Amino acid sequence: MIMQMNPHSTETRSPRAKIAVRDLWMTFKSPDKTKPDVHVLEDINLEILDGEFVCIVGPSGCGKSTLLNIAGGFFQATSGAVRIEDKVVTAPDSRHIFIFQENGVFPWLNVEDNVGFGVKRSTMAERKKVVEHYVEMVGLTGFGKTYPRELSGGMRQRVEIARALAAEPDVLFMDEPFGALDYLTRLRLRAEVTQIWQRERKTVMFVTHDVDEAVQLADRVVVMGKRPSRIRDIVAVEVPRPRDLDDPECRRLRDHIFGVMGLDHSGRATEIRGVGAAEEEDETEGKVVNLADRR
Amino acid sequence: MRARLESLLLPLAVAFGFVACWHFAVKWTGSDIFPTPRQVLTGTWELVEKGVLFKYIVASLFRVATGYLLAVFVGIPLGLLMGWFTRFRMALNPAIQVLRPISPIAWIPVAILWFGVSDVAPIFLIFLASLFPITVAAMAAVQNIQLVYIRAARNFGIGGLELFKKVVLPAALPQILTGLRLALGVAWLVVVAAEMIAVNSGLGYLIIDARNAGKRYDLVVAGMAMIGLIGLGLDFLVRRMETLDEVRWGLSR
Ligand SMILES: Nc1ncnc2c1ncn2[C@@H]1O[C@H](COP(=O)(O)OP(=O)(O)O)[C@@H](O)[C@H]1O
Ligand SMILES: [Mg+2]
Repeated sequence: MIMQMNPHSTETRSPRAKIAVRDLWMTFKSPDKTKPDVHVLEDINLEILDGEFVCIVGPSGCGKSTLLNIAGGFFQATSGAVRIEDKVVTAPDSRHIFIFQENGVFPWLNVEDNVGFGVKRSTMAERKKVVEHYVEMVGLTGFGKTYPRELSGGMRQRVEIARALAAEPDVLFMDEPFGALDYLTRLRLRAEVTQIWQRERKTVMFVTHDVDEAVQLADRVVVMGKRPSRIRDIVAVEVPRPRDLDDPECRRLRDHIFGVMGLDHSGRATEIRGVGAAEEEDETEGKVVNLADRR
Repeated sequence: MRARLESLLLPLAVAFGFVACWHFAVKWTGSDIFPTPRQVLTGTWELVEKGVLFKYIVASLFRVATGYLLAVFVGIPLGLLMGWFTRFRMALNPAIQVLRPISPIAWIPVAILWFGVSDVAPIFLIFLASLFPITVAAMAAVQNIQLVYIRAARNFGIGGLELFKKVVLPAALPQILTGLRLALGVAWLVVVAAEMIAVNSGLGYLIIDARNAGKRYDLVVAGMAMIGLIGLGLDFLVRRMETLDEVRWGLSR
């Protein structure tokens, strides 16, 4: 009887919402007023269920990374908030691990020590078991003593995934994790990530600008528009995994997403303004920002 | 294998050519003050027999080691802090940039004034000479750390001193090591000048003393050769450290 009176009951949130983005706005203010403020995100509302795989797609420079960084606790939103399990995110948390495009694997540690970096177990034997387990899961058995500089880009990204999983988080934020890899490696890693996710059932927020990638991976695809961006559409992908991109439903969804983004599937702009041109513009801006970002 | 052999033979050939040129140059000019290579060898042997060569080498190495290690223990923490804390850097960097271009030689009178004619004066000079390259290297190393490593560590709940130990220091280590190698070269360069302050041991003392007491240029050159060879050995040792896995990732080659 008392249990039912529990004030922490989940009635105040939607059922099983793991991550809730509410009325989120983000503006980067120019520190010295020499440049105009950059309005990046407008009124973002999104709920992600426990164990759900959500992809965020949109043209480059639209604010995907910004959104992920706010959810990861690295950036502070201008207004609104991200809640994870009803707690407002204010700082990075070892239960929510970020995987970076530029590969954050520590080059001074070998594979084993990298994977063990965030392991929370206390005894050596347990740590070793966890490390071995995840090294094996990403297919790097036998490379435990190898240093990152001796690995290919794809293998390094696997190390980063194993390191994230070994910390036993319940949320993974992946920011274009395969963006720097060649096409074939990317395909292979997508398949592997799907398998791992099916086994581990982490809640995943995965940013990509590759629509195919999103359709292949996600339960739902969040489509964002040009900056200042709002969510243009949220597309559920109800195709069983592993997914074949030639599957008619996948094709339909991809075309739909391209349509929402303002392109037909040959890449021609269907809107008045050329999206390609806009992207180039954003790309250069992004570079400037990255420099500023390094403090 | 072949490349290894070449990397040994080519320098040896150059050394041989150099010694030959030196020999004939002395013969043809008929100089009786400047020694031939053979005279330098016998001079060196004389020093060994008198038992001073080894003593002088140890004395010089001791001064370099003391001054250099002091600089390492001051310079690395100082540089790390300056690299990490913007305020700290703002406050101290101008002072360091003003002091840095002052040659350690210019400090000799000051060193004598402060420490008298003792072992402390040359050690102080070596300390000064190595301090700046080490500090500046450590500072730059921290500033160059890829932000992604810091973010990843923070994400795993690492902060404060642990962040320094587990991420900042190892990430900065390759560049720090380069600074350490540079500084060791400078320290060894300066020991000669430092020992020209009237201490009575060391390779620098040997050179000055050999000239003053009877224009023994064979001993002067012997001292120079020893300095060169030991410098080569020191550099070799530090380069060996650069092949360690912990730092190799951050060094080209
Ligand atoms: N730290 C920052 N300071 C100022 N502006 C930024 C910063 N980070 C991102 N921006 C701006 O926000 C826009 C969106 O960036 P980002 O979220 O990285 O885009 P995406 O990941 O979708 O390519 C960029 O075009 C840039 O102008
Ligand atoms: Mg991005």
